Amino acid sequence: MADDKDVLRDVWFGRIPTCFTLNPDEVTEREAEAYYLLLPRVSYLPVVTDKVKKHFLKVMRPEDVEEMWFEYEGTPLKWHYPIGVLFDLHASNTVLPWNITVHFKNFPDQDLLHCPSNSIVEAHFMSSIKEADSLKHKSQVVNDMQKKDHKQLWMGLQNDKFDQFWAMNRKLMEYPTEDGGFRYIPFRIYQTLSDRPFIQKLFRPVSPDCNAHTLGDLLKEMYPDALTNDGEQKRYQVLIHGIEPLLETPLQWLSEHLSHPDNFLHICVVPVPTD
Amino acid sequence: MPVSLLWAVDVYGRVYSLSTVGQQWEHCRNTHLEFKRVTAAQQCCWGIGCDNSIYLNVHASDLPVRYQEDTYENQRWNPVGGFSERLLPSDRWQWSDITGLQHQPMASFQLPSSSWEWEGDWFVDENLDGEPTEKEGWTYAMDFPATYTKDKKWNSCVRRRRWLRYRRYKDMDTWAKIPSQQTALPDPFSDISCGGWEISEEPRGRLSLWAVSLQGKVWFREGISHHNPEGSSWVEVPPPGEVVQISCGPGDLVWAVLWEGHLIVREGISRDCPRGTSWAEVESPSPQVGAIHVAVGVNVVWAVTKDNKVWFRRGVNSHNPCGSGWINMVGEMIMINVGLNDQVWAISCEDRLVYFRQGVTSSELSGKTWKAISIPRDGERSHSSASANSQHSAGCFFSSEVRAPSVVSDAELDLEHPPGDVAISNVTFPGPDSFVDAPTNSSSSQPCVKPNIPKVTSDSFISELVSDRKPAKTSGGVESASPAVLEEVVPDEGEADVLSSNSDVTITGSGGPPDPQWSNVDLEEAQIQNGQTGAVADSVDSCSLSSVATYSLAMEDQYGVDEHPLWAWVSGGGCSVDSHSQLNWFSCSLNTSMLQSVQSMSLSMTPAQTAAWRKQIFEQLSERSKREMDNFRHYEQAIEQSVWVKKGAMQWWRDWKPHKWMDVHFALEQFSGAEGHKDGILFIYYNYYEEKKYLHAFINEVTILVPVLNDSKHTFAIYTPERTKQRWPIRVAAGTELEMYDWLALLSVSCCDSRGIYGSPSKQAIWSITCKGDIFVSEPSSALEAMPYPTPCDQMFWRQVGGHLRLVECNSLGIVWGIGFDHTAWVHTGGYGGGFFQGLASSTDNIYTQTDVKSVYIYENQRWNPVTGYTNRGLPTDRYMWSDASGLRECTKTGTKPPSPQWTWVSDWAVDYSVSGGTDREGWQYAADFPASYHGFKTIKDFVRRRRWARRCKLTTTGPWQEIPPIPLSDVTILPCAAQSSVDTVPVWAISNKGDVLCRLGVTLLTPAGTSWLHVGTDQPFKSISVGAASQVWGVARDGSAFYRGSVSGLNPAGDCWYHIPSPAKQKLKQVSVGRTSVYTVDENGNLWYRQGVTPSYPQGSSWEHISNNVRKVSVGPLDQLWIIADKVQGSHSLSCGTVCHRLGVQPMEPKGQSWDYGIGGGWDHITVRGNSMEPPRICLPSMTEPSPRAAHTPPPTAP
Repeated sequence: MADDKDVLRDVWFGRIPTCFTLNPDEVTEREAEAYYLLLPRVSYLPVVTDKVKKHFLKVMRPEDVEEMWFEYEGTPLKWHYPIGVLFDLHASNTVLPWNITVHFKNFPDQDLLHCPSNSIVEAHFMSSIKEADSLKHKSQVVNDMQKKDHKQLWMGLQNDKFDQFWAMNRKLMEYPTEDGGFRYIPFRIYQTLSDRPFIQKLFRPVSPDCNAHTLGDLLKEMYPDALTNDGEQKRYQVLIHGIEPLLETPLQWLSEHLSHPDNFLHICVVPVPTD
Repeated sequence: MPVSLLWAVDVYGRVYSLSTVGQQWEHCRNTHLEFKRVTAAQQCCWGIGCDNSIYLNVHASDLPVRYQEDTYENQRWNPVGGFSERLLPSDRWQWSDITGLQHQPMASFQLPSSSWEWEGDWFVDENLDGEPTEKEGWTYAMDFPATYTKDKKWNSCVRRRRWLRYRRYKDMDTWAKIPSQQTALPDPFSDISCGGWEISEEPRGRLSLWAVSLQGKVWFREGISHHNPEGSSWVEVPPPGEVVQISCGPGDLVWAVLWEGHLIVREGISRDCPRGTSWAEVESPSPQVGAIHVAVGVNVVWAVTKDNKVWFRRGVNSHNPCGSGWINMVGEMIMINVGLNDQVWAISCEDRLVYFRQGVTSSELSGKTWKAISIPRDGERSHSSASANSQHSAGCFFSSEVRAPSVVSDAELDLEHPPGDVAISNVTFPGPDSFVDAPTNSSSSQPCVKPNIPKVTSDSFISELVSDRKPAKTSGGVESASPAVLEEVVPDEGEADVLSSNSDVTITGSGGPPDPQWSNVDLEEAQIQNGQTGAVADSVDSCSLSSVATYSLAMEDQYGVDEHPLWAWVSGGGCSVDSHSQLNWFSCSLNTSMLQSVQSMSLSMTPAQTAAWRKQIFEQLSERSKREMDNFRHYEQAIEQSVWVKKGAMQWWRDWKPHKWMDVHFALEQFSGAEGHKDGILFIYYNYYEEKKYLHAFINEVTILVPVLNDSKHTFAIYTPERTKQRWPIRVAAGTELEMYDWLALLSVSCCDSRGIYGSPSKQAIWSITCKGDIFVSEPSSALEAMPYPTPCDQMFWRQVGGHLRLVECNSLGIVWGIGFDHTAWVHTGGYGGGFFQGLASSTDNIYTQTDVKSVYIYENQRWNPVTGYTNRGLPTDRYMWSDASGLRECTKTGTKPPSPQWTWVSDWAVDYSVSGGTDREGWQYAADFPASYHGFKTIKDFVRRRRWARRCKLTTTGPWQEIPPIPLSDVTILPCAAQSSVDTVPVWAISNKGDVLCRLGVTLLTPAGTSWLHVGTDQPFKSISVGAASQVWGVARDGSAFYRGSVSGLNPAGDCWYHIPSPAKQKLKQVSVGRTSVYTVDENGNLWYRQGVTPSYPQGSSWEHISNNVRKVSVGPLDQLWIIADKVQGSHSLSCGTVCHRLGVQPMEPKGQSWDYGIGGGWDHITVRGNSMEPPRICLPSMTEPSPRAAHTPPPTAP
């Protein structure tokens, strides 16, 4: 039987084959070819799209280039969501590769945050980790880390160094055995058809009567619609890293093994494809 | 930590034990008596029964308590009849002891008590100092007393031979009465306390047992040891007043409480005088209120005063046994007991629960808080009405079956007694041998005992109970006397026992009735049996009831489920816990289920591993990878793999002379190598005369990383094949221990990555151990034993496995056993990592805490001078007056540190008497001058003397090892098997640290630790053992001779007899290793011997052939591969001691091989190749055999 560590590896090395095409409205000197890339599910768009930018800049005049942003079937893609979440939320159940349109003009200020450099992504990533640790350990672990340890986490993600990242991240995943888990589970539930960005509330991994909470328990409390009642047609898929874990999966285990590098468990609730 | 027991007595005199891994009190079922008090050691428990006799319960062990009796038969030659038993009048007795002074006919040997039995009849010893004698066992000499030889010479006028007979202590795990002394003691005992086992290791299992009689006298039991668990006699130790209670610690502390409330302390207790010499008096903690109870440990004294206040004595140790002052502690207790590791238990006066003192450490001996042990007793979990019904029906039987004419059931009688007296049951036994007990503890203050107690008032019945018969016999006698009036078959004694033990199982599973709160011998049994349900129960309890004839029908109402036990006495002397122990005694059942669910979440190899949700995740993830990645492998990766560099500042032991530590920059550059393996280069940047230079090593060439932690520097050594040849590794030192382990873990992962080695060691792995106890493992390739060009030994890659061992043995089924420095046996869990390997370099689910203890020795040296005798003033040329064994290094008591920061002191310095050569009473060894060979007595020619001091230190680490309690081992061997052999149970043999030969039963792939030990009798202690592939077992005895065990087979795993094989001339063997057919031994002078002439029909072989010298250890593999640890191997840069060496040229027709190939070292102490059953590729016949893939990789070696 495979080891739980293999899950960490599988999660980390998840890749989405992506086809980047330039928005036809962009002014180019010659026709831009599509660019194909394997995007790490756990990373962020600005971190992994240097090559994309370089590729399209070759056919463009510098004066026509503003801040780069991405769009999928009309939806601007939020760079501060992990790539896997964007894919699961908007493009799961579609044919691969994932077709992303690249824009260099008309930045949708109302939908997207500006991202002038990767240091902004780093700041966002680190603040997520800190937020997660405040939920898990009252920030004790992350505060005990040194600056270089924080850097190691970020560098690990940025350079796709699994060992480097996990050498540090495992400290964030520890908890006293007698507690049975983290203080609260850092999670976010995303829906496609909602104005709310995501659901995030306090939720403990263990019930007051000492039973381990499951994914089902979480959804029942946070998003009961996502669950299929008896005799009902299944309406929603609950996706984490592109897979549908069983609802009886213990939440603590999920948080330890299926969290993104930002230490949040990102759960996407998407409608079941109609076909 | 081995499982051990806490003992307690409840107010009804029932004895319970609580296991350190248990969660309920287990009733001591074979008690047919109530007890007043118990006192426990690890190997046994003593108690005062309510018949005022002393009882001993020796815990069953796989090692029998066995005593060798011997006597000598002496004969003199006369010209007429040759040798005959007619001796000269001036001669010794015809049957005598070894000295000839003591008359010892065989008939004079009697069993010491009914607890012993003879193992067999007398037989002749045919072994003289390792040499076999003639068949009759005679040894010859010119005259008595003289040196005896095994050969008869022309001038041999006398001869003698030794007869041996073994007796065995048989009453294990039952309460056996200590026979009362001929000179009957004037009055019965009221208190008892054992301890003193830390005073001396000799004789083995020595205990001090102190007792107090009702008249306040103090008695000491002489002669208790492993071979004489009962001791020999009571000796009175007159106290200065009337003593009411006494406490003896594991060390040399003995305190007692006087009737007036003062305390007395025994002084002068030592190895030579365990009884001590005098008493000193200590005031009661509180001037108004006298002390009533005292409890001592190694360095602590606790007391209770009459107002139930608890006191802790400051400043107590063996130099100052009286301590310096009292501190009042929180809590009100009726008694206190100090157990092992100075841990403290007490019984609260409020609720009569047993409390454990939490947070007692060597630095904080008074602990932090009291915590109640609130767990149920067995049979107390639930209260079913069914059992009550069965009792009623039993009662019906009873009422019709009253048979004993003199028994009167009188339930009212006891109401006259004040409630406080019920704790001691003999109050109600006005039998001829009993007397009214005046409890000396505060039982009169005991608050809430209900007076409803079943009573037995028959004198004749009582006299039966308290008669001198053994308890077991008592019930047997009564039962057999009772007519079998019931329709059910009345089981006999043996069956009844079986049934009652069955009932234990049922009770824990299904819950039994509430415990009866008071009972005597047979009632006890009846009630146990009531606990079971069904027909069996009915038949048993009815029969025993009929034999007892007294029974209270109302008893099941008296204590409901909620009623917690009321304790009267607790003893932790056998309970090995410390402040770190994980105990389940305080957690309720809710928490335990919680705990389990947590474990199932965080550990991977648990039943939850197979849970559907987990399977689903694994399946979906691999499905996802397939879906999202398989068709798109040609896409570019978004993030290019780059070089990852880790840098640090280190010190480096520079290569050129003068060698010294110099500051360097240390860097590891990692990158993705060929075939996806990560690779790297290690750089050491240094300055050489202002010039910047660097040294580098390719990670894929590093063969081993060895931590060399010492007391001053955190260093480790990096070897490559080249550096191994030079015997000169790259040695670097990190600033802190943490940094060193960081680097080691990183480099180690990096080395494994570059070689594609992951996960657990394979079954074929070669294991080795350094002198520091670090464990290394190497994956052999089939080319390792290839002919004619094997892989050079210095190219073997070794990786470290967590844990700390002195010895490791394995076989090709993947069964691996280890033995620690403290002789603890460990079995490999199949995991990897642990220790400083964390996270991804370590498995998670099978790593456990491992501890080890060893002694550090220093020597005190003195020189004699004519004026003052021996002084610590030496000659200017002399060694340090405090030194190491060599005398070259100064080692003072205060200046000597533990071997490395991993070790911490756990004892104080103490004189070590167990030095080879013997010592005098103060531990001194004498010699003419330093350095010399020392002897244990002073002669006229001796001008110097020395003595050894020892101090124990302890290491705690983690590793893939699980303890196999309880017998400490000194050697172990596992049957080496061929690669494809399928063996159900694997023979494992071992030697206990006392030299007993043991055979492990039940060792299989699924249960590598086996189940139990089978003791194999020997006439002398053994020190080494090895089992070959054909189950041939060889051992080496303490006298240096070898033994071959005959008829060992799967059906007869222990074989039937030993064949004595003399050692090579004038050599004492110390270790043996047996492969497929080869037998090799190493002697004490470092010679390696091969056994010639071993054939299937003559497995003992014919003679020893010398192979090599400078050998420390040998390991022969399942294919007769020969590997050794060699002393003194010369490298190009340096000499190394303790080097792994491989014998080249070993072939079926040439088992002795040709030459040595040198591998990793020095500093190695142990190697085992007994798991490597990989057949080497046969290069000479390439067409007939398929070369293995690894062999194909090996470049063809160039001919020399």
